[in-house]
Amino acid sequence: MAAPVVKRVVRGARKAADLTLTQADIKALSEKMNDAAWYAAHREKAWAMYQETPMPTTQDEPWRRTDIRAFDWNGVAHSALNGTNGSSKVPAHLLQPLAGDSHGGQLVIENGVVIDHAVSDEIKAQGVIFTDFLSATRDHADLVQKHLESAVKLDEGKFSMMAAALVDQGVFVYVPAGVKVEQPLHAVTWSDGQAHFSRVLVVAEDGAEVTVVNELSSPATEDQPLHCGTVETIVGNEADVKFISLQTLGENVWHFTHERSVIGKDANLDWIFASLGTRFTKNFTELDLAGQGAFGRMSGFYFAERDQFMDHDTQQNHLAPDTESDLLFKGALVDNSRSVWQGMIYCAKEAQRIDGFQANRNMILSKKARADSIPGLEILADDVACTHAATIGQLEDEHLFYLMSRGIPYDEARRVIVEGFYDPILQRIPFEGVQLRLKAFIREKIE
Amino acid sequence: MSTLEIRDLHVSIDDNEILKGVNLTINAGEKHALMGPNGTGKSTLSYVIAGHPDYEITQGDILLNGESILEMGADERSRAGIFLAFQYPVAIPGVSVANFLRTALNARMRAEDSESKGMPIPQFRRLLKAKMDLLKMDHKFAGRYLNEGFSGGEKKRAEILQMATLEPSMAILDETDSGLDIDALRIVSEGVNTLMGDSLGVLVITHYQRILNYIQPDFVHIMLDGKIVESGGGELAEHLEEHGYEIIREKHAA
Repeated sequence: MAAPVVKRVVRGARKAADLTLTQADIKALSEKMNDAAWYAAHREKAWAMYQETPMPTTQDEPWRRTDIRAFDWNGVAHSALNGTNGSSKVPAHLLQPLAGDSHGGQLVIENGVVIDHAVSDEIKAQGVIFTDFLSATRDHADLVQKHLESAVKLDEGKFSMMAAALVDQGVFVYVPAGVKVEQPLHAVTWSDGQAHFSRVLVVAEDGAEVTVVNELSSPATEDQPLHCGTVETIVGNEADVKFISLQTLGENVWHFTHERSVIGKDANLDWIFASLGTRFTKNFTELDLAGQGAFGRMSGFYFAERDQFMDHDTQQNHLAPDTESDLLFKGALVDNSRSVWQGMIYCAKEAQRIDGFQANRNMILSKKARADSIPGLEILADDVACTHAATIGQLEDEHLFYLMSRGIPYDEARRVIVEGFYDPILQRIPFEGVQLRLKAFIREKIE
Repeated sequence: MSTLEIRDLHVSIDDNEILKGVNLTINAGEKHALMGPNGTGKSTLSYVIAGHPDYEITQGDILLNGESILEMGADERSRAGIFLAFQYPVAIPGVSVANFLRTALNARMRAEDSESKGMPIPQFRRLLKAKMDLLKMDHKFAGRYLNEGFSGGEKKRAEILQMATLEPSMAILDETDSGLDIDALRIVSEGVNTLMGDSLGVLVITHYQRILNYIQPDFVHIMLDGKIVESGGGELAEHLEEHGYEIIREKHAA
């Protein structure tokens, strides 16, 4: 009998799991991005903070169920800096209007380059700004400086710092006070490449009205791309913003974001949040109901398949009295996929007479898929109405039998039930184009 | 003309024999009533005919127009002409009555012709409205989520609407009368009578004579302990109503 072969593995000193970029890289990036002086300084500040902040681990409460150790941080090459941008073209179907029949403005960023930027004269004449983030830091420095990081603070977490320090693309929308933009603004960012960092800033001044569709997409590739970003929407007093975010990143992408909307007095925000792509997703998504009478509605849609891992961390912060929030996240899971939803309604001491609602509903369609759903309330005021609900359900045999007994074959019965599961969330979306897009997506995934 | 023939049917669930040799033949144009106390296997018979996967057929056969349907799935049986009006229809969240029925009709068309694009929406809307009018139903019904928040009467009417739309050749009504007040019972029965004709055979499963006052059966069968023990005309149901099941039970106790 042959003796067993014993392999001895000698490990070198393990590098810390983090990006291997240097201060010099940040400077080089700043030059490459043609930063305004203020943003160049801001990058350096963000990078310094970033370096002092450890990578989160499962010891940190928001990351308790979300292990990022499998990601190769050392191997990340910044696309803009290292020329590791992909060359694929943004697919034509992403450019179709989703909200209404036409755009008031369209901005298309392909692999870090603005390839289309069309804004109607009517909108320009109203003083509306719709441009890419980096141009805005130069051309509209005052506005950007005033509002940037007023919703997502720089020190929110490791990934807000990362996005601030390494940003190479993004979107800026500004609607002056009292201006009502009739046609939606449509931004598409196609991020083929190893690592992209984006910042989105939407500002609607007092009494402004606007609909923004922001799609972030990339092709399916073999490597392990990174996307990290911040998304801020500032909704002024009595303003009305509809914000549709569609994330359709490629199937191996690791995706980290911090997103927050700050909603002013008697203002409305309707936020549609569709999380469709990636291998791994961690989103911090928050509503700050900052002004008396503010209303925020958030409708989250996800569908997880393969080995996908999606962690949606939502927070509804009632900071003023008479505010109302309504959050519904719904997702189906197939294959070995996993989702985590952690939701929190926070109600400050002075936020009396608020109405907060949060619900997360999951449908598990395979034996190996798993969903964790953790609702939470933290209420410091005493005259409030807060409700939360979390459900994890399965495809019921009796439902399938009922449909089949009407002549509907098994696969179709399954699809009808899943579509029905999503219907309440689709009904909340005030744009047929978005509804149809998501319906087509469900149909494609379920077949 | 369709015929449903049940031959010496033995059925078990979890090794418990529930049906112990049922024989029954229903021709299109005939109304049959199946009566019997609770737990004698009436609902099991209806589920087995519809193709519920939980039941094991240990002996016997079910034939539709002379051909066994035992190997067919529930969906295939439905497309072949069998319809079960459920005693307890389940709610299907998020699926409207109209969407559901269009899917069911289109599944039939696709089974005939795999290239079929299904029924155009305007044509389907007209069809559904006509069927709802036939059953004196509010058109708003079509937009509601199937059975969700429906009253007992609405659920049963939704079943009859499905029957009217899918136009089966053999319909089994499983205790369609249960949980209905007298008005709802009348409406549902009138619906069934409206649909009745030479091309439809019906099996009404019930505990009570009540529904049979409206749906006058041509044949009445009494089931006890997994077998049909008596068959006769409408007068058999009246006899039962008067004397109860006890006499029949004693007669067949031996």
